[in-house]
Amino acid sequence: MRLPGWRRIARGVGALLHPRATAREIDEEAQHYLDEATSANIAQGLTPKDAVRAARIELGSIANVRESVRSSGWENGVETLLADLRYAVRSLRGAPGFTSIALLTLALGVGATTAIFSVVRPVLIDPLPYPAAHRIVTIAEMQADGSRNSGTFGMYRELAQRSRSLDAIAVMRSWQPTMTGPDQPERLEGQRVSADYFRVLGVAPRLGRNFEPADDRAGGPSVVIISDELWHRRLGGNPSVIGTEVALDGRPRTIIGVMPPEFENVLAPSAGVWTPLQYDMSENRAWGHHLRTVGRLRPAITVEQATLELRQLGGKVLDELRPETYAATLELTAIPLGEDLTRGVRPALLAILGGVGLVLLIACVNVTNLLLARGEQRSGEFALRAALGAGRDRLVRQLLTESLLLALVGGALGMLAATWAVRGLVALAPPELPRHDAIGVDSGAFAFGLAVTTLVGLAFGVLPAVQAARGAPRRALQRGSRRVAGARGRTRGTLIVVEVALALVLLLGSGLLLRSLQRLFAMPIGFEPSELLTMQVQTSGSRFGEDSVADRFFERALAAIQEVPGVTSAALTSQLPLSGDLDEYGVRLQASRDGHSTFRYAVSAGYLETMRIPVRRGRSLEPRDAAGASPVALINASFARRLFRGADPIGKRVEIGPPDPAYTIVGVVGDVTQASLALGQSDAVYTSLAQWPFADNAMSVVVRGSGEVAALAPAVRAAIWSVDKDQPVVRVAMMEDLLDATAADRRFALLLFEAFALGALALAAAGIYGVVSGGVVERTREIGVRSALGASRRSIVALVLRHGMGLAGLGIVIGLAGSAVATHAIASMLFSVSRLDAATYVTVTLLLASVAALACGVPAWRATRVDPASTLRAE
Amino acid sequence: MDETNTDVIQGTLDMLILKTLSLQPLHGFGIARRIEQVSRGVFKVNPGSLLTALQRLERAGWLDAEWRQTENSRRAKFYSLTRAGRKQLDVEAADWSRRVTAVARLLKAEG
Repeated sequence: MRLPGWRRIARGVGALLHPRATAREIDEEAQHYLDEATSANIAQGLTPKDAVRAARIELGSIANVRESVRSSGWENGVETLLADLRYAVRSLRGAPGFTSIALLTLALGVGATTAIFSVVRPVLIDPLPYPAAHRIVTIAEMQADGSRNSGTFGMYRELAQRSRSLDAIAVMRSWQPTMTGPDQPERLEGQRVSADYFRVLGVAPRLGRNFEPADDRAGGPSVVIISDELWHRRLGGNPSVIGTEVALDGRPRTIIGVMPPEFENVLAPSAGVWTPLQYDMSENRAWGHHLRTVGRLRPAITVEQATLELRQLGGKVLDELRPETYAATLELTAIPLGEDLTRGVRPALLAILGGVGLVLLIACVNVTNLLLARGEQRSGEFALRAALGAGRDRLVRQLLTESLLLALVGGALGMLAATWAVRGLVALAPPELPRHDAIGVDSGAFAFGLAVTTLVGLAFGVLPAVQAARGAPRRALQRGSRRVAGARGRTRGTLIVVEVALALVLLLGSGLLLRSLQRLFAMPIGFEPSELLTMQVQTSGSRFGEDSVADRFFERALAAIQEVPGVTSAALTSQLPLSGDLDEYGVRLQASRDGHSTFRYAVSAGYLETMRIPVRRGRSLEPRDAAGASPVALINASFARRLFRGADPIGKRVEIGPPDPAYTIVGVVGDVTQASLALGQSDAVYTSLAQWPFADNAMSVVVRGSGEVAALAPAVRAAIWSVDKDQPVVRVAMMEDLLDATAADRRFALLLFEAFALGALALAAAGIYGVVSGGVVERTREIGVRSALGASRRSIVALVLRHGMGLAGLGIVIGLAGSAVATHAIASMLFSVSRLDAATYVTVTLLLASVAALACGVPAWRATRVDPASTLRAE
Repeated sequence: MDETNTDVIQGTLDMLILKTLSLQPLHGFGIARRIEQVSRGVFKVNPGSLLTALQRLERAGWLDAEWRQTENSRRAKFYSLTRAGRKQLDVEAADWSRRVTAVARLLKAEG
């Protein structure tokens, strides 16, 4: 048996594909009917002429029959739709001004929404790319004041032994080995991880084996697992690589595994190589807070249950072992990994998403207004079509087709813009944005854009369509119907009030954020950036296995640099401001156990002087702060305020990382901007390089000279290589260029918010202008009569302005009330600006009011040009 | 005859076509004429409705259509009943007689 409906579909498609042949067949059949009827009539005795006539009367016109047969098939609906579309295209083409403004507005709204959605989705909405990702948690150590400590090896070990809610637990720290070999030496990003790291994530190597507990013990085998990317890029992508050795930091290490290409390492996105942590409890950093702890919950264990257990276990560990680096009030907490990763960016992304939603809403209101105004102008056309027999549903359908077409084309343009904008957003996104690489306009984003577009099309299409359908028959072609325009004007007036209110909320939000950024960027960077040469020296090779060797190398390199002719001062630092370095340690007052996350700089004597960072109190670091001398530290002004609240910090002792040694504070120095876009001032502590217990395997060099300091770069590099020719020298840059790059970041952030604000302002202005000038056109007759009766120009201007500004004023009042509530959402992102900052509120209100006045002014001026004689004659 | 209603009762045209074709394959005019003759002129089929109905029934798979020569050597589209069409006729006929009986009963009760 044939499938039911199959024939129906086939015939319909056939009719669509071959409309002529289909019509011809129907015509032939009708013609045959006519012929037979004629013959029958003749047989009944009619004359041939009468016979044809009678048959014609019976059948009706062949064209009618054809239409009746054709319209019965489902394909007729498709044909009507095509006809509607053709008509819509023609009608939109006929109004290029309206069409281009509407399309631009829509493209802006849909494009911005799609672009931001593409950024937000992988970061905030999608689950992490791991099996049962909801079971992966960060194990955080929360202090009494709500701040967070890094984890310790000791706590990890105890939890691993005692916890029953975790399937696996792991700790990790970052690791930047230098890879040497036949090719150029390269500094790699990597991680030192405990044995179960990949088990926590639920991912296994595609080749070779995973880390086992036997790999992860002090003095264990020298093994690494590498990323698919590194495998292809440096090792030829050959499976026989398993078991071979690579030289990392001058030590041969055996490759035991290669991760799959789709493995996305959200905890260290650029890591390409992993090696076992290989700590044991004899290590003096075993209780040092410098590790990150993650775990995988057992199935059916909730985050709350795990937190409860961890809190108890943590308390027990502290009671039994009393580690010196822990405050007794510390509490352990499990936080879903996804939530933990996005903690920093979630409010900002949600605020931007909200802002973009407002832009979309304003765009919709605007297009609705445009369509309503166009509906006014087209009322004659609708009446004519109604008079020619178009049903009301047919008119509504036609109008909806038009607005959907408008929305789809606008949406397509918007999505095009979004693809482009997302690329820009990703390129300029702050590095702390997680899952950076997963961002893109993909099918999901397109589906989202399409859904938004369709909804938008329906939303702004329904109101004008219903109004047109309601109006058309009643107003059938009468010209004097301008008098009934009042009701329609009210709808549009309401829309304007809504639009102004939305625009005000958006403007205020952007205004507050802009002001915060300006305040933040106006803060001095705290050192002299001009004529300052910087570069980074890395140590690699087994010769540097012992810390003292590295220290000696840096010491001799610095001495060699200072010998270079033209160099007036040079110094070393473990991290360089504005370079992207972010090295933080927990710093505590001695014996207090309340650590604060603080930027840590190990610097050579003369660093502060070379950078020209002012010493506010006490003294700077000096050559006498050498290895054997009593350890000293400098803190910055912001840290002094936080830790001592006005008391004199000089002579107080602090612990940096491990409790031993304690450093005596000998000076307070000015604040320096370490990271370009960080909100708020950062705390900092400086120690003498010679007194810092661990060797940093990369140090930055800062150099000032007499004359053109950039020209000294080759000589400085040669001086370093004169000490050891194998050490990579990278990141050679003038500090002013680093500063420019920072400024570019900041400009982007400012630009983003300015674009939002300007977009909202422009849309609001266009909306007000549209409605007020539409109002003037509708009231031309009234204005003509008024001026004929002696109304002054001034009173006519006042009449129009009152109309527009009344609406705008109401919108502003509602918007202000709304903002007072809505700005709660961005309060946490503001920097030294209140969310009710009066100056911003006043400025934005005045700005919007004057733009509204301008938008009303043009139609008002046009109203004074109305010639009373011609309007009255037109009646 | 101008005053009398000769419209086919709404919803019965399909059944009349199926019944007519159950006897022999016919073209459009043949079907119209047959319905008129058998009903003794009570029903006159509107040609537009007839051709539309024929297309619908053909698409539903109840009729097959084929262009053939007539006895007077014209080319005409002949329709014939398919097996599915025969089943459909049974269903519609049964349904119709059920309704007719009900209406007749109601009229009797009234009268």
